[in-house]
Amino acid sequence: MAATTAEAGQRRPIALRAFRWTRRVLLYLIVVGGSFVYMYPVFFMLRTSLTKESDLYVVPPIIVPLPPVWENYAIMWQNGPTWSWIKNSLIVVSFSVVAETVTSVSVAYGFARTRFAARDKLFIGVLATMMLPGAVTLIPRWLIFHRLDMIDTLWPLLIPRLFGTAFYIFIMRQFFLTLPRELDDAARIDGASHLQILRKVVIPLSVPAIATIAVFSFMNRWNDFLEPLIYLLRTENLTLAVGLRFFVSRFGTEYHLLMAGAMLLIVPMIVAFFLAQKQFIRGIALTGIKG
Amino acid sequence: MASSSLSSKTTGLGGTPARLSRWRAMRKWLSNQEGWVFIFPWVVGFILLDLGPYIFALIISFLNWDVGRPPSFIGFRNYQAAFTDPLVGKSLWNTFYYTLFHVPGSTVIAFTVAGLLNQKVRGMPIWRTMYYIPSVTSGVGMALIWIWLFAPRGALNGMLGWFGIEGPRWLTSTAWAMPALIIMSFWGVGSSMVIFLAGLQGVPQHLYEAAEVDGGGWWAKVRHVTIPMMTPYIFLSLILGVIGSFQVVTQALLMTEGGPDNATLFILLYIWIMGWNAFKMGYAASISWILFAIIFLATIVQFLGARRWVYYEYQEPG
Repeated sequence: MAATTAEAGQRRPIALRAFRWTRRVLLYLIVVGGSFVYMYPVFFMLRTSLTKESDLYVVPPIIVPLPPVWENYAIMWQNGPTWSWIKNSLIVVSFSVVAETVTSVSVAYGFARTRFAARDKLFIGVLATMMLPGAVTLIPRWLIFHRLDMIDTLWPLLIPRLFGTAFYIFIMRQFFLTLPRELDDAARIDGASHLQILRKVVIPLSVPAIATIAVFSFMNRWNDFLEPLIYLLRTENLTLAVGLRFFVSRFGTEYHLLMAGAMLLIVPMIVAFFLAQKQFIRGIALTGIKG
Repeated sequence: MASSSLSSKTTGLGGTPARLSRWRAMRKWLSNQEGWVFIFPWVVGFILLDLGPYIFALIISFLNWDVGRPPSFIGFRNYQAAFTDPLVGKSLWNTFYYTLFHVPGSTVIAFTVAGLLNQKVRGMPIWRTMYYIPSVTSGVGMALIWIWLFAPRGALNGMLGWFGIEGPRWLTSTAWAMPALIIMSFWGVGSSMVIFLAGLQGVPQHLYEAAEVDGGGWWAKVRHVTIPMMTPYIFLSLILGVIGSFQVVTQALLMTEGGPDNATLFILLYIWIMGWNAFKMGYAASISWILFAIIFLATIVQFLGARRWVYYEYQEPG
């Protein structure tokens, strides 16, 4: 008798537990399933890049191509001055990441931590360059660099990076504003200059935010397409992203080679993202990018 | 230098009689100008790369400028031509079409995914990364992959085949090329997703508890707590989404070259064709100002509308 009443008393919690349990299973299914849907194009690219051409349309589709066909990469590599493209991309990206990060950080420090009359009016200029469409400046900038005889060189891709980028300045300023002011006031009393405060106090506290803009810069410059497309002309002078455009017309429907080319562009991004991931996610959370 | 003359105007140096205090005031004023040193690079860049080019672009739009020949002033003729050019109309319509589906669609998807990724699930860092990876690789790499996915005998049509559906010839079909680019764009929601995720983690827990006390279920919490608290983030995502969406070009250039039959001719793609294929710089500049006006208007309208639905009252503690 006693056992049955106890059982009756537990019935509802069991139902509730079963409900919660189903909900958790469903949640896992959606989260994990969705993540596979999102990664599917990348898996698919990797698979295709290692598949024989004759196996591309086999039914049922081959999930893991065995043995992997590494020759696809060799054929793809030889189809253009791939090495020069990578070299050009690396020059642009490494210069840009350093230049954009250093300038944006110091400009943001100026906006967040120094006082002078025109400061806030100038910051409206930063917001404006963030919001206004850059499409309008494409033509005049091209004509200016044309006049300076810099078309078909990397200069038009490097020089603009020396002046800070509005979006990164914005992110860094928002982050600096969250740092307690007492810290640099204390350093000030000890006689530190602004440059010393920036280097010794502010930067060490801002590593995640700086990593965030460095990753953004790396991603945007590596993937940049329109700028190198209009400024670079000769095949061997292109960056990798634009160079691969020729693969589309050259390989046509040889998708295994096209995918090998795409891998070349995508793998460095994924590696960079994994290396910086921890700082990057923290940086996004800390900067609290918001309207 | 432009910077010092500008600031001396705004900082009135009072006439202090004693020479010593004038010296002190001078030093104080100088130390207040230190900020200029930090901001200087941006000011130079702003003048040379933004303000100057904007003014220059306005002048160019009134010129007949074919690269290689001397430009000549033609007044509003470029604008008149642009307003009657059927391809300007077509490309604007295409850009609207894309924006209409891409921006709301991406926002809803990014918001939903961020909500899912904010749950307590084991291995979450891995799942988050998997959702984010396609955005990291956006641009050319993704475009190449989707050329293959959308191929007539590619993966997408293969999957549709399992359900007995014969898929369209996506990128070479006038009806399906644009939907294809829109579908593909939903794989690039990672950056707004990360911003939403950061926002979700800042929604104070006590509001959910209060909703629970009032007997609110899952949907009530989303409807009355999460969405109102997230409106500033949603607003930012919409603003930047529209600006970006109106300037879409890479995918179309790589995957369809504006075709078939101009079905994916975006406005920025048309500017590129006019500027760098036809070398009509003046005409291209005038179209870019039309694009500017549209984006500017869209942004202003959104800011005005924001007063009705964006919730700014709450200040995060700390």
